[in-house]
Amino acid sequence: MLGRTLREVSAALKQGQVTPTELCQRCLSLIKKTKFLNAYITVSEEVALKQAEESEKRYKKGLSLGDLDGIPVAVKDNFSTAGIETTCASNMLKGYVPPYNATVVQKLLDQGALLMGKTNLDEFAMGSGSTDGIFGPVKNPWSYSKQYREKRKQKSHGENEDSDWLITGGSSGGSAAAVSAFTCFAALGSDTGGSTRNPAAHCGVVGLKPSYGLVSRHGLIPLVNSMDVPGTLTRCVDDAATVLGILAGHDPKDSTTIQDPVKPFTLPSLTDVSKLCIGIPKEYLTPALSSEVRSLWSKAANLFESEGAKVIEVSLPHTSYSIVCYHVLCTSEVASNMARFDGLEYGHRCDTDVSTEAMYAATRREGFNDVKL
Amino acid sequence: MATPMLRWCCPGRRWIFAGIGGGSRHGRGVPTGSTSSGKRGQSSVAQQPLITAQKPRKGEREWAAVVGLEIHAQIASNSKLFSGSQVDFAAPPNSLVSFFDASLPGTLPVLNRRCVEAAVMTGLALDCHINRKSLFDRKHYFYADLPAGYQITQQRLPIAVNGSLAYSVCVGQRWSQMVTRTVGVKQIQLEQDSGKSLHDNLRSQTLIDLNRAGVGLLEVVLEPDMSCGEEAAAAIRELQLILQALGTSQANMAEGQLRVDANISVHHPGEPLGVRTEVKNLNSARFLAKAIDYEIQRQISELENGGKILNETRSFDYKLGCTVPMRDKEGKQDYRFMPEPNLPPLLLYDSGSLPTGADPQQVIDIDQLREQLPELPRVTREKLVRQYGMRPEHSFALLNEVGLLEFFQNVMKETRAEPKKVTSWVLNTFLGFLKQQNLAVSESPVTPSALAELLDLLDRKAISSSAAKQVFEELWRSKGKTPAQMVAEKQLELMQDAEALELLCRSTLETHPQVVTDVKKGNPRAINKLIGLVRRATLGRADPTVIKEVLERQLSS
Repeated sequence: MLGRTLREVSAALKQGQVTPTELCQRCLSLIKKTKFLNAYITVSEEVALKQAEESEKRYKKGLSLGDLDGIPVAVKDNFSTAGIETTCASNMLKGYVPPYNATVVQKLLDQGALLMGKTNLDEFAMGSGSTDGIFGPVKNPWSYSKQYREKRKQKSHGENEDSDWLITGGSSGGSAAAVSAFTCFAALGSDTGGSTRNPAAHCGVVGLKPSYGLVSRHGLIPLVNSMDVPGTLTRCVDDAATVLGILAGHDPKDSTTIQDPVKPFTLPSLTDVSKLCIGIPKEYLTPALSSEVRSLWSKAANLFESEGAKVIEVSLPHTSYSIVCYHVLCTSEVASNMARFDGLEYGHRCDTDVSTEAMYAATRREGFNDVKL
Repeated sequence: MATPMLRWCCPGRRWIFAGIGGGSRHGRGVPTGSTSSGKRGQSSVAQQPLITAQKPRKGEREWAAVVGLEIHAQIASNSKLFSGSQVDFAAPPNSLVSFFDASLPGTLPVLNRRCVEAAVMTGLALDCHINRKSLFDRKHYFYADLPAGYQITQQRLPIAVNGSLAYSVCVGQRWSQMVTRTVGVKQIQLEQDSGKSLHDNLRSQTLIDLNRAGVGLLEVVLEPDMSCGEEAAAAIRELQLILQALGTSQANMAEGQLRVDANISVHHPGEPLGVRTEVKNLNSARFLAKAIDYEIQRQISELENGGKILNETRSFDYKLGCTVPMRDKEGKQDYRFMPEPNLPPLLLYDSGSLPTGADPQQVIDIDQLREQLPELPRVTREKLVRQYGMRPEHSFALLNEVGLLEFFQNVMKETRAEPKKVTSWVLNTFLGFLKQQNLAVSESPVTPSALAELLDLLDRKAISSSAAKQVFEELWRSKGKTPAQMVAEKQLELMQDAEALELLCRSTLETHPQVVTDVKKGNPRAINKLIGLVRRATLGRADPTVIKEVLERQLSS
């Protein structure tokens, strides 16, 4: 049951094949079993069970809220969750319990989703490995797959098994691992420079970064305000569409969301690709690209072409400037967004009280980690 | 509390060089070095320096001062600039703080429509060009009362630019010598206010109240077109009146709704501008001119003694009456300005450019706001002068006190007395009593109706003017009785019986032959003695002018 897609499980719930409480308990038990993955920072067991109870009542009455009612989900720990600790994997926010829900979290809860917990990440979402948080790295579930274990046996010369594991990618590694390990059916990540897509690829799940402005950032603790987007991690593309349909839309609390109305949608089943024109950007065929990735890419392109789609080369000429621009914008906005962490109103505060400046300096030194860009 | 009256400008300030009357140097116009860009504003009188200075002593060169102002006015709105928490001056500490105001991570700014309208209205009233597109920026610095570590402001492209503010100052010794000056308005921008820090030195701690954090401010930057404290004070006063008339800010300096920083420098006329200092913490209308003049004098003294002026920030110490350097503002701050990524550009429309089908709640039409602008003080004053033949300086005085104009107009509605009489009574007697007891117009024990009734009695010559003053004083002290009742009680009615008066005069003349002789001898003061005698005889109920008339007639016959 836990290995099914979101839509399959949703159907099962509606048909009464499984109850939300059963589903919840199974997920909770699997979370405990897979604790070594370190995917979760906080497991909100009581909250989830209570939500399951309410979902069950709704299903009994035949009044389910929709596709997400009773579905276990996980949320990256840089989304504000009311009453549940939100740390961003940093000492700066250890013990910080927000008084409000992020808009996207609220939308999930309004649909009846069960919040299993807050997932691990790179500190403040800065990183691409999910290795730099204060709660330790997230381990890729595929580290424990048959294939990898066999590979390891061949290589190992009595090495400690514990130290040989694969990263999840990042920064939304916890969310990707949570979905990949079947502990939930969908998870929220955030994407600034690939932080949802990267771990999705590493963990073998579908990561979607919606277009900027489509999904509200209210409640997402920001890294780069002009690039951040809440992202989704799911086990298949249809699930991603389901979740996006619920999350997307204008939010008056976020002035950068588009005003146009958005409605939930289902993806059409694509059987005829003859009208598709697919572009392969030539600037991305760099020498540094690994041969495995290159061959997979070619495989996909060939697949489409053989089924009748048009596959052509295109150019994205500004690619070479993108990383430089990203770094300038990223460092500026990060410095700006981190300026609020001074221990005065919330979060970690040091013991020094000699002067404001001394307090700020000590708090920030103690709260922040080294940044590895 | 009554506001200070306009004082005459820059008496005897030696830095103002000769112009009117002095004639030793041909006026070069305003001694500012003309750093202001854009329009200079046309005043009704050619821009001339103020009063004639004492002629400079031998070997001394003259000085000219340049004063620019940055004014922060709190916008009168229900909620803050970017969040929904309320705006209230006297609320308990930290009771009006939303998540955004406290800089909780993940919160985002949402622009307040009323604040934008206030900025546009103020821009229109100051003849500014309203930018159809303006941008928001972050200005970073670390301070405990700035929770986010940055202030959202408009540095690159503010909402309004290139306007002008006309104000009036008294020149010369007499009140009636008023001239209009203009100062350029460089720009108006929207920005957030910070919280309040209260330093508790006893316990070595600082207490932070965030009620004010995030309140909308209009920053109005005035070009350095002013040359002394009085001009600056007059300009500020007029700006206050405009903001109050528009309703965009209550502009009460005592409550911190209007704060002024001054940029001051001195130089010799004809030479480049001097190094300027910034004087902050000018939060009192009374001390504004004083502080600026002090700083000008300080700079002059410093330079004349061979010293240098540092480009520093100073604050005005009210107790000592001088400017002092501010410690933590030494050196230039790098504010690391950055576009505010959470706010898209602010787009404003006019009736020609309004997008079709636009939700009226989501767009601002500048033309509509222009049509709805209330009457500006300048126009109100002009109307008073036209309608009542009032002297300009009186129109200023009427507008200078909260509620005074309304009081005046209410009296006018109910009395038949001449406007000149009413004006005089309101500005001299009524206002005099208010000031003496430090009351606001709203706290006056005398109502407009009561004063109107009193003036009617006077107009009908039912009482003398001294009797009227007596009644007024009585009205002020005790309530409940109308002027007519008081007049009857105290028997203050003017004697109407002409014959009785004639008899009294004649009998007085007969009983005081010595005084009569004095008068006939040509002693000018003797007649007053006679008048006094008659007055006493009439128990003060005869008009002294009438008595004099009768006596003179009787004496000459």
